[in-house]
Amino acid sequence: MLLICHIEVIMNKMQKALLELSDMDDLAARSSAIHSLNPTAKLLATIAYVAVVLSFGKYRLSGLIVMLLWPVLLFQLSGIPVHLCFYKLRLVLPLVLAVGLFNPFFDRAPLLVLGPLAVSGGVVSMLTLMLKGTLCLMASFLLMATTGIDSLCACLRKLHFPGLLVTLLLLTYRYVGVMTEELAVMTEAYQLRAPGQKGIQHSAWGSFLGQLLLRSMDRSQELYASMLLRGYHDHFHYAPERPFRPQDALFLLGSLAVFFLLRFVPVAELLGALFVR
Amino acid sequence: MHMADALLAPAVAATMYAASGVAAGVSVYQLKKDDDAQKLPTMAVTAALVFAGQMINYTIPGTGSSGHMCGGMLLSALLGPQAGFLSMIVILTIQSLFFADGGLMALGANIWNMAFYGCFVGYYLLWRPIMRSRLFAGLGPRGGQRARIALASVLGCVLTLQLGAFSVVLETSLSGVTDLPFGAFLALMQPIHLAIGLVEGLVTAAVLLFVYASRPELLQDVDSAGEAAGKRSLKSTLVILAVLVLAVGGGLSLLASSDPDGLEWSLFGNAEAGYSENMGLDEESFGVHSAAADKAGAIQEASSFLPDYAFPGSESPAGTSVSGVVGSALVAGVALLICLAGGFFRKKKSH
Repeated sequence: MLLICHIEVIMNKMQKALLELSDMDDLAARSSAIHSLNPTAKLLATIAYVAVVLSFGKYRLSGLIVMLLWPVLLFQLSGIPVHLCFYKLRLVLPLVLAVGLFNPFFDRAPLLVLGPLAVSGGVVSMLTLMLKGTLCLMASFLLMATTGIDSLCACLRKLHFPGLLVTLLLLTYRYVGVMTEELAVMTEAYQLRAPGQKGIQHSAWGSFLGQLLLRSMDRSQELYASMLLRGYHDHFHYAPERPFRPQDALFLLGSLAVFFLLRFVPVAELLGALFVR
Repeated sequence: MHMADALLAPAVAATMYAASGVAAGVSVYQLKKDDDAQKLPTMAVTAALVFAGQMINYTIPGTGSSGHMCGGMLLSALLGPQAGFLSMIVILTIQSLFFADGGLMALGANIWNMAFYGCFVGYYLLWRPIMRSRLFAGLGPRGGQRARIALASVLGCVLTLQLGAFSVVLETSLSGVTDLPFGAFLALMQPIHLAIGLVEGLVTAAVLLFVYASRPELLQDVDSAGEAAGKRSLKSTLVILAVLVLAVGGGLSLLASSDPDGLEWSLFGNAEAGYSENMGLDEESFGVHSAAADKAGAIQEASSFLPDYAFPGSESPAGTSVSGVVGSALVAGVALLICLAGGFFRKKKSH
């Protein structure tokens, strides 16, 4: 028990980031109906979803809530637990909150009256903003958790993104793991030698990162040379081959039709009207 | 600094994507023209290092706090602006896709705010002119070069972070997601990023000075022999001085003036925009003694609107909103059902 506590204390930010990365890789390696869809179809559907979510007006809270159905359904179909992506909200929500938090103070005209309770426009627009942030995060998390970096790079290449940029993305993603691991060891060693110190002392600022930078730059050149010698050239044949099948077209067109419907038909109001009147 | 998707309207997001896309396209074209294959692995490894390096905290001497380093200036000093820009794009992409730091739609804006200013503006406006100038020539060749690197790093990070923070405010305000007045929002963002930029600049300077001490040939525009190119020295010195004056003057005036201005404007000013009514504050009688009374007045003012809107049984907009609320609750119920059903079937399958 004591050992576990101790490990938790010294497990630093970098090790947590590493864990997060490998968790995403694990999720992407699962199999489901959504995983086996063509990555291009998924990417385009996700972009369309995010664009539609962002296009809602700042008081259209009820319209946005209906948009929740698409990611929730896909999360269930792909078997990926929804709660995993909420951990990542800690990075998204602070700035969104900082911006939206002032809306209730400036926009105080009541927009909605439910008996004795009056909801002001500012509160509605703040909630709309937070919901938008959450929905966009859910959609992009879903894309990455069911696609993986290899398939994404292959798909970007097929969409004629510059090979230079795609190779750089893939190489960087691979190096991030290596580098973060190396730094985790270094900071852990530093922390153990300087207990109770907050951060790294200024006399070591340059040498700490600089040393690692120089060593890895040399190493990376050798690595890339060996990749070239083995015939690497902008292609991604190790990514699982997923041709664009009829069901991919169905998924893409179906998703687009649903977004269009939910955007322009006030589904929530219509549904509510059935019960209210 | 990473903007989330929710803070942008689609039109603003698309515009920023277009701007960043053009910069990226030009960078890719120029790098391809140079045909520098050796650069690709170096770019990837430095990008990964910046990514990991952003997670280390450095103690700030004299204070109890810590900060992390800045990417753009470091990358453009090591790789040049184009390669540095592409590396930053990749870092931001990985952060948005795998760590949800920033969003898919906001990526274009994030690239512009953090990579474009840091790499292009920081490099062409500060790094290169300072490196080519004869500033600090009195400190001897090596000492002068070290001072120039430190100055360029600190100035570059401060300036590019200020520009980035300004863009964040501008993009958010243009998107119309916040009711916070532009001036007040600016007054919140700029001073805090001045402090952050200073810390990031110092860390960047420390790393670059280390690289200069051990491998000076890795740095852009740094003559390893310590001899500065002399021809354009006077002109570039003038440019640097102008930028320095602008940066310091702009930064100080922001700190000195816009803080009270922005707040004042948002609390009292702009009666035509309705702010003073909404806040329920009066510039003449505002003070400690009347704050409570004003607050009470504001609450009263807000609550006195209610009868106008709550006509029972009328076809007011509130009526449609109520059905909206009921409908939304139903949808939330359906979403919950989908979750429960998914869990149910999965459990069945695994047994």
